[in-house]
Amino acid sequence: MARAAVLGRLTWRPAELVSVRAETSAARTLVFDVPEWPGHVAGQHVDLRLTAEDGYTAQRSYSLASAAGGRVELTVQRVDGGEVSGYLADVMAPGDRCEVRGPVGGYFTWDPEDPSPVLLVAGGSGLVPLMSMVRTRAEAGSRVPFRLIYSVRTPADVLFADELRRRVREDKGLDIEYAFTRAAPGGARRPPGRIDAALLGAAGWPAEFAPTCYVCGPTGFVEAVADLLVGAGHAAERVRTERFG
Amino acid sequence: MDIISRGFRGRGAADPHLPPGQYLTHDFPVLSAGPTPRVDTATWQFTITTETGEKHTWDWAALTALPTDNPRVDLHCVTKWSKLGTEWVGVGLDTLFADVETAADFALVHSYGGYTTNLPLEDLLDGQAWITYEYEGEPLAPEHGGPARLLVPHLYLWKSAKWVRGITLLTEDEPGFWEGVGYHNYGDPWREQRYWGD
Repeated sequence: MARAAVLGRLTWRPAELVSVRAETSAARTLVFDVPEWPGHVAGQHVDLRLTAEDGYTAQRSYSLASAAGGRVELTVQRVDGGEVSGYLADVMAPGDRCEVRGPVGGYFTWDPEDPSPVLLVAGGSGLVPLMSMVRTRAEAGSRVPFRLIYSVRTPADVLFADELRRRVREDKGLDIEYAFTRAAPGGARRPPGRIDAALLGAAGWPAEFAPTCYVCGPTGFVEAVADLLVGAGHAAERVRTERFG
Repeated sequence: MDIISRGFRGRGAADPHLPPGQYLTHDFPVLSAGPTPRVDTATWQFTITTETGEKHTWDWAALTALPTDNPRVDLHCVTKWSKLGTEWVGVGLDTLFADVETAADFALVHSYGGYTTNLPLEDLLDGQAWITYEYEGEPLAPEHGGPARLLVPHLYLWKSAKWVRGITLLTEDEPGFWEGVGYHNYGDPWREQRYWGD
């Protein structure tokens, strides 16, 4: 199992919220200023720590949405009863502060120097680290062929919807296929449903192209998609997964 | 000086059963770097290889014929969740090491699928670790490491290798899969040893 970057000691750094962008009714992107942030590669995450007035603390991990480099942008979707996500998605305002450390993760990462074709398969907010890869590819001027299959409940739940529409026009070699699971837009080619072998075959890469596959989403989603990819002949070591929930 | 997050209140009290930075979950999340390997118990083997190359191997029938323990333990994952009071059935590593002669101090654990993790041999002995094959009264599911996984609950859960197939004893420490990319070499949750330098 090949692995990527190594990292030095990770210290907690103060982070100030600079701005927020609404993404959907349940998700927003938080842009942080983190002095002396060491930079990240696409696919990595940060640990984020909140401290209350009374000294109580809570920490969680969040994927970086921004392209590799110096900007720290997290896209956070509200989770029912989420102690930290509720604060990040609804309460935190520009000028408020927290702490972050990282970047963390040396396996679920994409290196623009790697010429292999890439298949990204996202379930819901599992799109976030894959979006970092899409943005990194564009910033690097990479021509590595990318295919993104994005499983999402309804058109209203699509993260980065305008940007994805723009990129599929402008980013040469990037293809995007949506798999709406609850309600598809009018005129959709495919009725609502989960990703299946036929969709992966039509919108993904043949196994003999030996793409690197990145699958991110809830556990059940990732288990199902990873099994389908292995069943279609993709080598298990070329299928990298990140599960949550 | 503490960085206060204005307007954050949270749940308001730290749970003494939880190591620092952890939160309680009642689910059983799955963390794996790749697809879940499907391992058939008809061909399953578990091998301890000493520093001299001597091998001790058990097949499924031999493993499940050994006396079992019923550890009830708390699990702490480096991704921040903890799950308390989980119930397992497995064979203690002390039982498997009973006839193993070694002067090695380190162990590198191998899994079906290629995963590895390292820890000191002494952390596997004295009632601290098991090869488990039942969880909460059921055969251990593949996504949780079935047919058999290592269980070392006093360390972060990435040390409890899923789909375990062997342990190699070493006289010099060798980092495993996550230990080589920034995760702590030892991983004690009560000392919050998540990453290098913690």
